[in-house]
Amino acid sequence: MKLTTLAVAAVMAASPVMADLVFPSLSYRTGPYAANGIPFADGYEDYFTLLNERDGGIGGVPAKVIECETGYNTEKGVECYEATKGEGALIYQPLSTGITYQLIPKVTADGIPLHTMGYGRTSAKNGEIFSNVFNYPANYWDGASHAVNHIMSQGDISGKKIALVYHNSAYGKEPIRTLEELSKKHGFELMLVPVDHPGQEQKSQWLQIRQQKPDNVIMYGWGVMNQVAIQEAANIRYPMENFIGIWWSGSENDVLPAGDRANGYKALTFHNLGDDYPLYADLRKYVVDAGKAAGAGDQLGTALYNRGMYAAMLAAEAAKTAQELSGEKNLTPAMMRDGMEALEMTEAKMAEIGLPGFGPEFKVSCQNHGGNGLGAVAQWDAAAKKWSLITGYEGSDQDVIQPLIDEDSAAFAAEAGIEAGCK
Amino acid sequence: MFYREAGDFKVSYPEDSQTFPIKFDRYRYYLVLAVAYLVIPFFINDYWANAVFVPFLIYATAAIGLNILTGYCGQVSLGTGAFMAVGAYAVYKLMTAFPEVSMLIHVPLAGLVTAGVVTIFGLPSLRIKGFYLAVATLAAQFFLVWLFNKVPWFYNYSASGQISSPERSVFGIIVTGPNTEAWAKYMICLIFVTLAALIARNLTRGSIGRKWMAIRDMDIAAEIIGVNPMMAKLTAFAVSGFFIGIAGALFFSVYLGAAEVGESFGIDKSFLVLFMVIIGGLGSIFGSFAGAAFMVLLPVFLKNVFVGMLGWPTDLAAHLQFIVSGGLIIVFLILEPHGLAQLWRVAKEKLRLWPFPH
Repeated sequence: MKLTTLAVAAVMAASPVMADLVFPSLSYRTGPYAANGIPFADGYEDYFTLLNERDGGIGGVPAKVIECETGYNTEKGVECYEATKGEGALIYQPLSTGITYQLIPKVTADGIPLHTMGYGRTSAKNGEIFSNVFNYPANYWDGASHAVNHIMSQGDISGKKIALVYHNSAYGKEPIRTLEELSKKHGFELMLVPVDHPGQEQKSQWLQIRQQKPDNVIMYGWGVMNQVAIQEAANIRYPMENFIGIWWSGSENDVLPAGDRANGYKALTFHNLGDDYPLYADLRKYVVDAGKAAGAGDQLGTALYNRGMYAAMLAAEAAKTAQELSGEKNLTPAMMRDGMEALEMTEAKMAEIGLPGFGPEFKVSCQNHGGNGLGAVAQWDAAAKKWSLITGYEGSDQDVIQPLIDEDSAAFAAEAGIEAGCK
Repeated sequence: MFYREAGDFKVSYPEDSQTFPIKFDRYRYYLVLAVAYLVIPFFINDYWANAVFVPFLIYATAAIGLNILTGYCGQVSLGTGAFMAVGAYAVYKLMTAFPEVSMLIHVPLAGLVTAGVVTIFGLPSLRIKGFYLAVATLAAQFFLVWLFNKVPWFYNYSASGQISSPERSVFGIIVTGPNTEAWAKYMICLIFVTLAALIARNLTRGSIGRKWMAIRDMDIAAEIIGVNPMMAKLTAFAVSGFFIGIAGALFFSVYLGAAEVGESFGIDKSFLVLFMVIIGGLGSIFGSFAGAAFMVLLPVFLKNVFVGMLGWPTDLAAHLQFIVSGGLIIVFLILEPHGLAQLWRVAKEKLRLWPFPH
């Protein structure tokens, strides 16, 4: 009991000064997923630091980031959620599909919005059922469709064999239904290759790929699994240009260990890459050079740093929208939710922020919490150590995806006893 | 002075053979129960329930289960995680198939299902022992996780393979799902852990428990004095499985709310529960609680100290927490190989002689 009394004291000591806009960052800087978790967490935090240092916060109210280490573990994720929700948390972005599934019912009961950008439960796009969950601007099923569209753009897909190498968890299993539908529609053969957590050992999976010679490989991997898969693909001399990863399998940390052999590897993305944006000048001036960067401060401009920054930017824009809607500077989670539902990202807005052409334009509504699902394909240049976009932002096959979303969200509504409808 | 038999007269056999024959011990036990049932439920909030008490109580139930198998009967098991998964999936299937039935019925039923499965996986113990049995249970761990991943019937054909617990109640009080009050979560776990501890304690004091311990200490000698090794070992597996199944069912339905077999019930869970049993003390019910408290509360406590009080970066705190927990485990095992329960026993002996140790 002594332990617990001390822990009480610790929790009390950690309680914050109110009247900040609180953005908890459920990050992971340790464990097998740290290589991907660190840049995202750095980008997320640095953007809020920039807003505080340059503009004095959002609408004059300082933003406060409370970091909590989850280690990509659902139990720690729940603990982090419970520890931070009492501090006025406005929005959760857990960067883990497993934790997302835990939090969907909890945030709905507590009235706090959850933003799962490009991950989480895809059918949460249906805002009439998932009132507090948002997954704009794109989701897993969009990603599956993008990958197939890209393969189709390179030649006839019918009769081809396409392998899905996936993290054997809720995350990796998400696209299977979509790919099955697409394989029926376009006449390709789908081969499923699961990789168990954490994915450090993939010899047998890649032996299978070597034997069965699929024409293309799509990967839904995360953390150390990405690096190992790309190395193994290089080991069996799988043609890299036929190997395409989802946006979570497309960071510098994933391809660098394989060296030159990773050249030509492709990955999807729903935002732009690199650091050639006016905002980066401000980031360097106000955050990095001032010594206020999160982590080691060496991740600027990497794919996942950009994504973390993009996530923070969308959260900040939603907070601004919420401030305009409610007329209040200090937000409650309910106001934040309304702000997210009314969020509209336009090119003019992004240019004003200093990120022209960084992401697709989209508009959130009650019926559509998922944006319009645009995505692009990037390719790795091992010599230049750089990702570059090889296509523009393209749409996904909504004829296939929308019925699946309707079906899955209806199943959830029936299971959880939710009445569909807008608030 | 505090803890002694002197002046504590027993006038009947039941008094003499009660669980806590010494008065001080008995009052302490009543006090703990009173605090747990009458004080904590009124003060508990979401954080304390979800981060501290509920996991502690559930892991304590699992540790009691494993302690019966490993501590009392001497059969090493590395399949605890998968056996918890059996409980979790059993309760999920029951909850979704019979929504109107109370959780107080579903959870023990899930325990029974697990008991059956664990008994089947306990069959090899009749032929093999020690490390070889550990490897056989390890096979159970991987097989069951694979099975729950592979067969969609277990997760009701959901697209992601996740199971999520719907809202269910006990006497009109919601105990699962997101709208559960903190105290309700806490109480249902507390009731099950109390029952588990009572049953386990009394089983281990009776003839079944003595048979288990005879098998543990020397199976050939036990067989010669008339203990049927098949019955003893299989009952240990069944009883152990029952408690582990209850723990798994509560872990999924009350604590997590949504689970995925590979992540929530992987091999690391098996080791975690085994560590609890070893650190707490093999062959001790109190040790199961002490071990669960140590392994569940210490990381939360260290995190709150490092990040909450000292304001260190989260990654540093997470790494340091591994070092401190690991170091403490080693220190404990070197200083007291019989676990925290033995420390407690030694402390009681000291108290008994205090203040005149000679």
